[in-house]
Amino acid sequence: MTLDERLENVAVIGAAGKMGSGIAVMIAQEMAKLKLQPENSDKIYRLYLIDINEKALDGLRSYMKAQLTKVAEKSTVLLRSLYTAREDLVENRQVIDAFVDDSGSVLNFSPDMSVARNAHMVFEAILEDEKIKIKLYKKLKKICPDHTYFLTNTSSIPISFLDEHAGLDGRIIGYHFYNPPVVQRLVEVISPKAMNDELKQLGSQLGERLRKKLVPSNDISGFIGNGHFMRDGLYALSELERLQRTYRQVGALYVMNTVSQNFLLRPMGIFQLIDYVGIDIFQCILKVMRTHLGDARLRSKTIDRMVKLGVLGGQYSDGSQKNGFLQYEKSRPVGIFNIRKKEYFTINDRWKKKMDGIIGPLPDGLVSWKGLLMDPGRKDRLHTHFTALKAIDSLGAQLAVSFLQKTKAIGEELVKSGVARSADDVNAVLTNGFYWLYGPINEYV
Amino acid sequence: MPFFRKKVYACGGYYTISLGTGRKEFHPKKPRPGIEHYIKEAIQGSIDQVQSPEHIDEGVIGNFIASRFCHQGNLGGFFPMAHKTFQYKPCMRVEGACDSGGLALVASVKTILADIAECVLCVGVEVQNSVKAIYGADYLAAAGWYAGERKNGHAYFFPDKFSQRAGACFEKFGFDPFRSGMAQWYTNAIENARKNPKAQEYHNRNTSLYETGLSAPNPKAFCEHINVFDCSKVSDGGAALIFASEEGLKNIGVDKKDAVEVVSYAQVQDNITTAPPDLTKLTTCQIAAQRAYERAGITPQDLSVLDVHDCFTVAGLLAIEAAGLVEYGEVAAFVKEGNTKRDGTIPTNTSGGLIGYGHPTGATGVRQAVDVVHQLSNKAADYQVAIHTDRPYGMISSMGGDDKTVVAMIFRKSD
Repeated sequence: MTLDERLENVAVIGAAGKMGSGIAVMIAQEMAKLKLQPENSDKIYRLYLIDINEKALDGLRSYMKAQLTKVAEKSTVLLRSLYTAREDLVENRQVIDAFVDDSGSVLNFSPDMSVARNAHMVFEAILEDEKIKIKLYKKLKKICPDHTYFLTNTSSIPISFLDEHAGLDGRIIGYHFYNPPVVQRLVEVISPKAMNDELKQLGSQLGERLRKKLVPSNDISGFIGNGHFMRDGLYALSELERLQRTYRQVGALYVMNTVSQNFLLRPMGIFQLIDYVGIDIFQCILKVMRTHLGDARLRSKTIDRMVKLGVLGGQYSDGSQKNGFLQYEKSRPVGIFNIRKKEYFTINDRWKKKMDGIIGPLPDGLVSWKGLLMDPGRKDRLHTHFTALKAIDSLGAQLAVSFLQKTKAIGEELVKSGVARSADDVNAVLTNGFYWLYGPINEYV
Repeated sequence: MPFFRKKVYACGGYYTISLGTGRKEFHPKKPRPGIEHYIKEAIQGSIDQVQSPEHIDEGVIGNFIASRFCHQGNLGGFFPMAHKTFQYKPCMRVEGACDSGGLALVASVKTILADIAECVLCVGVEVQNSVKAIYGADYLAAAGWYAGERKNGHAYFFPDKFSQRAGACFEKFGFDPFRSGMAQWYTNAIENARKNPKAQEYHNRNTSLYETGLSAPNPKAFCEHINVFDCSKVSDGGAALIFASEEGLKNIGVDKKDAVEVVSYAQVQDNITTAPPDLTKLTTCQIAAQRAYERAGITPQDLSVLDVHDCFTVAGLLAIEAAGLVEYGEVAAFVKEGNTKRDGTIPTNTSGGLIGYGHPTGATGVRQAVDVVHQLSNKAADYQVAIHTDRPYGMISSMGGDDKTVVAMIFRKSD
């Protein structure tokens, strides 16, 4: 079966979640574009959006409409040519509305998984819990035909493990989109041992169709993305525990978050990133990795405590940031969680000035992540920045250099232990999936 | 017999900021002032410069398509809202696509020449940020022939029209020379806008404008031969200018030395259902400029300042040629050499033009006239250029549609 044929009938399970809904938008628009080709006029296209949360399914309806409208507004040049034969569609508005209607008409919303029974491809983006996933795949195996392929969005569970426990005979591939899937270009592709070649090809073709950058990862829990991020986060958490003896927990958290953002020139500080992912999700992924890798070090007391206190981070349905380690106003950090007092400390100018003084100054020739993002001379400027950083004797500079070394070591270990096939793959994941300006395996340290 | 049977003056020029992307105060998701605000601010700004507003006889407002952008028609009705002097006086709206402002100027001058009024307040307004650009493109496409052209037209209908002109110019005059002229036009526009606090690009801090101007086009998302920097902006704004006879000036209490004489105009119309005769020329603009020069009894060399309708960089270049300042095919080099810069031989679009100041379509013709009047009366503040005593004239050339509806108007510095 070709990709075009498979795109005639697709299901997304966990469709109302952040990842599922993004995948749904991408598939819906590809289906609609196929549907509009004259040679496909007699075919029926169906995209089944399945989620057990019925209320969230309602929200998904309006989300899909809004997203498909955005898609249409951005591709009106193409859409006008696809609708040339429709004499009644003259203005952009009419063309856009028609596309939203046409793509909307392929959608079927359901809380009941059995509607996936004719799907040629099933995307799964449910909770990161292996037991629930295995149960789901066992059911799918029963109702779906033998040619159905399963694309799981798991970010940590080994695909072979799911394959074997659900008895899928190699019909599953790890297809890990990054959040938000519509925007993020990276897809980590994980092939289990028994996977067939047709599925492998399908994965590549689909990536091309969705204009994604595919990076292969070997089938080891956490893969490249979480393999790096979890250990990076754990390092920051261990530094937090060390520094809080001197600067108290609130101060130490501010220090590590600031250093990781401003000194390492990342899009957000490490604790802001953990909040973005969700502290509970972070804990859950650690648990999966700990179990599969048999590595007891993959655990954090601080994370466990935060989850126990119910301070979880993550995002609201409109994409705004929920409070976690940091407190947010309009998605900008304004406070820091004091774990002992169980309340947020509001960052004020005086305190911030004091802490910034303790951290010490940034190297001269102030650069920022945002400023360098579009800078064609980025490589040289990063080199200058890190060279200067190494020459500064301050808390911030020391912490940054240590962090840089640790990050590099984590990356190298991923290659050495066979998770990543090359340093380039590690760097590709961090630059494309995490928007880093440079890969962790670099010559700056 | 002179074209004007009596003297007509312009004074009390005012325009609002051009609001839209680029301005610091602009945020697409935050509420913005409505069309009433711009009309009121423009009228008030103009009236504040006269002593006796009760002697203004009429109001004319140019607007392209508020009926779609703002769901508002009957714009004459906002004159009495803006100032009580207009209550129960003649007020009307005129329309000629992006030259609606130009037509408002002409309607005002005609009324005075016809002895119907001694003093007319001329306004132009447009509010376009009410919808996303992709829908705004639908509304603006009404400047072309809907039944005959829209269905097969581009998503960005007008940008594509001028993209085709750019393509034709590349082919005829060579890509590099013509493209560099377009990039220079963009550079000049932003540099001038930085001297005009009301310009939409006033806050632009780009240090490599020329390179930006050369950016490669993206035909998948936009047009084949032009980039977004070649385009004027989506803008909200209003402008106002008072026209008066000698008696009218006395009535409203404005000294002749604070006014500028209007010496001629030409309004020229081409058939909206036919294609332009030559994509590398603005034929209608050329006819309008020639007529205006003849009627004023001057030549292009008598101008000290010029304001042309650069809705796109290519339109700016072709308008310079149409204004007779340079031979056919030589404009790109002329602009590249700096002749249209503020210290060049013919300073053009000194406040930023449609690319630098912005293009609130219905307001543009009036805004152009205000700028030329300001230049000729030494009121252009930071963007003032030298007005030579031996060439005391300034001209605007304002265009609607793809070179369909054109107004050229020539002003003379007061003695």
